[in-house]
Amino acid sequence: MTTYYSEEHEWVTVEGDIATVGITQHAADQLGEIVFVEQKEAGDDFEKGDEIGVIESVKAASEIYAPLDGEVVEANEALADNPGALNESPEGDAWIYKIKLADAAQLEELMDLDGYKALIG
Amino acid sequence: MTDAPKRTPLYDLHVELGGKMVDFAGWEMPVQYPMGIMGEHKQCREKAGLFDVSHMGQVILKGDDVAAQLEKIAPSAFTTLKEGKARYTFFTNDNGGIMDDLIVSNAGDHFFVVVNASMRHQDIPHMAKHLEGVEVTEIFDRALVAVQGPSAENVVGDLCPAARDMKFMETLVADIKGVECRISRLGYTGEDGYEISIPEDKAVEITRAFLAHDECEPAGLGARDSLRLEAGLCLYGNDIDNDTTPVEASLTWAMQKRRKEEGGFPGAARIQKELAEGAARKLVGIKPEGRAPARQGVEVQCADGNTIGAITSGGFGPTVGAPVAMGYVAAGHGQPGEKVNLIIRGKAQPAEIVALPFVTQNYKR
Repeated sequence: MTTYYSEEHEWVTVEGDIATVGITQHAADQLGEIVFVEQKEAGDDFEKGDEIGVIESVKAASEIYAPLDGEVVEANEALADNPGALNESPEGDAWIYKIKLADAAQLEELMDLDGYKALIG
Repeated sequence: MTDAPKRTPLYDLHVELGGKMVDFAGWEMPVQYPMGIMGEHKQCREKAGLFDVSHMGQVILKGDDVAAQLEKIAPSAFTTLKEGKARYTFFTNDNGGIMDDLIVSNAGDHFFVVVNASMRHQDIPHMAKHLEGVEVTEIFDRALVAVQGPSAENVVGDLCPAARDMKFMETLVADIKGVECRISRLGYTGEDGYEISIPEDKAVEITRAFLAHDECEPAGLGARDSLRLEAGLCLYGNDIDNDTTPVEASLTWAMQKRRKEEGGFPGAARIQKELAEGAARKLVGIKPEGRAPARQGVEVQCADGNTIGAITSGGFGPTVGAPVAMGYVAAGHGQPGEKVNLIIRGKAQPAEIVALPFVTQNYKR
């Protein structure tokens, strides 16, 4: 499965018209130990670039920005009780949203792994 | 500030230890090491953490009348401060606000003062201007290292036996590895511990010797902030500043009885009035009930929805295992147990006023 990356350090994978979205390991490492995640609810819709949540680490609060237009079909509720999972497996179990894509063509605006690696140096 | 950030004598050691360096008050300082803020915080509560605090201003005051002169600009008693003792105090302005908080030690033939890194450029001229007949000398050739935590006595005492017998807020000069250091039993974590002033050319060697102890690990500014917050200790610029008085900030314990009664310091009229009648607001502990940390600037509302104050420091408390905060609330509020709401990103989150500190202070009395 292709993984896409945003400049806001999110990853996106797609099955049919449902995208799974999370933050990259690099982002998690930069944020430090994560203690709280605020998420939108199923049914909330948004446009690319909208703030769709907040991650709080021991250091600071950081916004999550939508990498694509869409609608939340599921928020990963396990993160409420165990926000630290975002440090342990941000690109695995600790995904943040499943999103119904509004415009699959927007995927082409995201980066591939090589592009993302170049971004984070 | 356009100047390049300054480096302490321990800069290379921080980098070698994997410290993540950030600009803090014009200094390149480690915010954390590979252990992480949470781990460093717990290390300091359970064993010992070592902090580089060389960015703070170390100052020597010499003269015949230093104690009495200090009483002109700070509302604590210094003429009765015995040799070998240290005292927490603050400079006040004419309106009774706090210009900076600091530690003053009676070192016998001089007074030794440590001020905040961000305020040294204000404090040194302030002292030079107001302390008549006092020679004010800022020290640039000494590092300052804090070893904090229940194991601090062993970490420091193994290299300097005299440190073991010291009590909280005592200070002395003693040799560590043949180097003359000033050792003070105090800190900014709520734990037992020491701050050690070391000649810069020996700072790395002595710091390495402390870190060689099994129970001592380096800790950065991140852990320093979460530790002091849990311990209910004010951060200058957040919880106290030129607009907050010692009465509002619940710091009147640092003003001895004679000074409260006699006055004779800047802003005495307002501070004495507040001592008698109470202040318009008060710094309190605030514990969010949920998991969302409430950070500086978050609005505090009482149950009926009226704004009663704001958070001045807040974050996650690793030892408490939950968010913790401090902030000012208006007079008539602030009793422990009072339910309030914190407006975090537009949503009201329930919280409770609690007594400070969040963790028991663990000083060697």
